[in-house]
Amino acid sequence: MKHHINSNSNTIIGTGVAGLCVARALLDRGADVVLVDRHTDAGSHACSWWAGGMLAPFCEGESAEEPVVRLGCEAADWWEAKTSAVKRRGSLVVSAARDKADLARFARRTTGFRHVNGPEISNLEPDLGDRFTKGLFFENEAHLAPRLALAQLRASVLADGATFVQDDADPDEYAQRGLTIDCRGFQAKDKLHDLRGVKGEMLVLSCPDVTLTRPIRLLHPRVPLYIVPRGDGIFMLGATMVEGHAGKHVTARALLELLSAAYALNPAFGEAEVFEIGVDSRPAFPNNLPRIRRDGNLIRANGLFRHGFLLAPAVARMVADLIFDNKTPEVMDETAA
Amino acid sequence: MHVFYGTTLANGFMLGTAQYPSPAILANAFKRSGASVATVSLRRESGQDRAGQDFWQLIKDLGVRILPNTAGCHSVKEAVTTAHMAREVFDTKWIKLEVIGEEDTLQPDVFRLVEAARILSEDGFQVFPYTTEDLVVADKLLHAGCEVLMPWGAPIGSGLGLNNIFGLRAMRAHFPDVPLVIDAGIGLPSQAAAAIEMGFDAVLLNTAVAKAGDPAAMAEAFATAIKAGQLAQAADPMEPRDMAAPSTPVIGKAFLA
Repeated sequence: MKHHINSNSNTIIGTGVAGLCVARALLDRGADVVLVDRHTDAGSHACSWWAGGMLAPFCEGESAEEPVVRLGCEAADWWEAKTSAVKRRGSLVVSAARDKADLARFARRTTGFRHVNGPEISNLEPDLGDRFTKGLFFENEAHLAPRLALAQLRASVLADGATFVQDDADPDEYAQRGLTIDCRGFQAKDKLHDLRGVKGEMLVLSCPDVTLTRPIRLLHPRVPLYIVPRGDGIFMLGATMVEGHAGKHVTARALLELLSAAYALNPAFGEAEVFEIGVDSRPAFPNNLPRIRRDGNLIRANGLFRHGFLLAPAVARMVADLIFDNKTPEVMDETAA
Repeated sequence: MHVFYGTTLANGFMLGTAQYPSPAILANAFKRSGASVATVSLRRESGQDRAGQDFWQLIKDLGVRILPNTAGCHSVKEAVTTAHMAREVFDTKWIKLEVIGEEDTLQPDVFRLVEAARILSEDGFQVFPYTTEDLVVADKLLHAGCEVLMPWGAPIGSGLGLNNIFGLRAMRAHFPDVPLVIDAGIGLPSQAAAAIEMGFDAVLLNTAVAKAGDPAAMAEAFATAIKAGQLAQAADPMEPRDMAAPSTPVIGKAFLA
C-alpha cells in the first residue's frame, strides 16, 4: 500500500453512514482518524445515499427486534447535535379502511404512539384530507435529510482533523499497520460470508402540490410504503424489500407498486415529476441486527440493514467504547467470519 | 402416511418462508415447527444473475425438503419460466404452481392453472397446484398430470380458515386416494387441526406464523395442532348425533321417574 499510516491513528474504511459516524465518535474521544474510501465524495455508491432518513425506532419495532427500538432512540439526539438535518415532527401511520387489520396489528406490535381519528389526521397533515379515518401518531419520532446529514458530518470530521485517502482498500492490509475499522457495508461481503444483501428500491418525486411535514407510512399487506418529505415539494418514496442483492436497475414492478401506493395516499402524486430512481443493497446478517467483530487490529462494524441512520450512532459509540475502554459491545459477534 | 409423488414425509406440516422479521427468526420458527417441507417463492428478478443466492442458501440450510413456488405469477408463461428457474436453483422436480387470477382475492386462475400444470407435468415436474375446492377443476388438474391437489382454505393471507367446509369435505370424499393439502387462508392452529381431522393430508401456511408476534411459538402451536389432528383422524373419531347419548346407563336410577 502506498499510503503512510501513522501507527497511532485509526483507519476507517468506508465513508457511508457507518464509517462517518464511527469517525465522529473516535474524533470526539480525541483519536486521530484516517478515512479511506474508493470514492472521493459521498454519493450513490453508498446505500445510505438512498436512505429514507426516518428516525423512527418505535415504528421499526413492528418487525425489528428490541435492540433496534432501544438503540434507535439515541439517533435523533445524536444527529441533531452533529448536523442541522433533523426535523422532529413525529411520524404518522395510516391504512386504507380495508386494511384496518394491519393497523390494529401495527398498534399491538409497537409503543410510543397515540390513536388518531380522521379529523386529527387531517389536522396533522391537511393534504391527506379525509382519506383516512384511523391512524397512529408517533409523536416522539423524527426524520432527517440523509444527504445533507452525510455532507455535514463529513465536513465536520474533516474540519476536526480527520484526513481522507482515496483507495480501494483491503482492510486486512491496513490492519497490519494499525487499528482499522471496516465499515464498507455490503462491499465487505468479500470478508463476511454471512452478510447478505436485501434489495431496496426508492424514488424521489417533486410534487409542489402536496405538502406533508412528517414521514407517512401507508400499511398494506403486500406493498407497504413510506413517504418522507424533504421540503420544497420534494418527497422520498420507499422502499421495497427484496431478498437478494441489487442489480443496477429498478424493476417496473417496484415502480408500479410504489407509485400506485403514493397515488392512494394523495392522487396529486399522479402529477409529480420523478427526479430520481434508486436501487441498492442493504447489508444484513441473518438476524437483521448490526454486528461488531474484532480480529486483532481489525474491527468490522456492519449489518445495519434498513437501519443505517437509526443505528449508526449507537454502533459508533460501541466501536469507540471497544477501542478506548475495551468494553465489549452488546452487538459483539464472536463468530469467525 | 404423508406420501407426495412417492416421497414420504414425517408429518403434514408445510411452512412458508416469506415475511419473517429476519432469516434468524425464520430458522427458529422452522426448528420449533418440525415442518417437513419449506415453501419458497422465487421472484424472477432475483433469479437473474442469482441475486437471491444468499437467501436461498439460508433456506437450503434449514435441512427440510424444499417446495419452490410460483407465487405472484399471473400468466402461464411466467409460471412455467419461474418453475424452470426453481428447478435449477433448488434441484427439485417439485413445484407449487400458483397462477393468480384476481388481485384482491389472489384466487387462482383455474383455466391457466390447468394449462400450466399440463405443460409442467409433461416436462417432468411434480406439480402441487394451488386451486379452489371446485371438483371439475380438480379433475382436470389430475388429468393434466397432477398427483396432488392443494385447495385453498380461504384467500391467501386472510387468516379466515376453512371458508367452504362443505366444498372441502366433498372434495375429500370425491378424491379419497389423492393427497390433498389445504393451502392458504389458515390463521389459527385450531383451523389446521380441523383440516387434518377432516382427512386432509397436510396443511401449508405462512402468514399465520411469519406475522405472529412470536413466530417460533406460533410455529410450535401449529405443529402441536397438526399432530392432534393426525392422532384424532387415525383414532377414528365418533360420529356426531342429534340426541344426547349418556355415557353411563340411567335406567334404574332414582331420578328416572
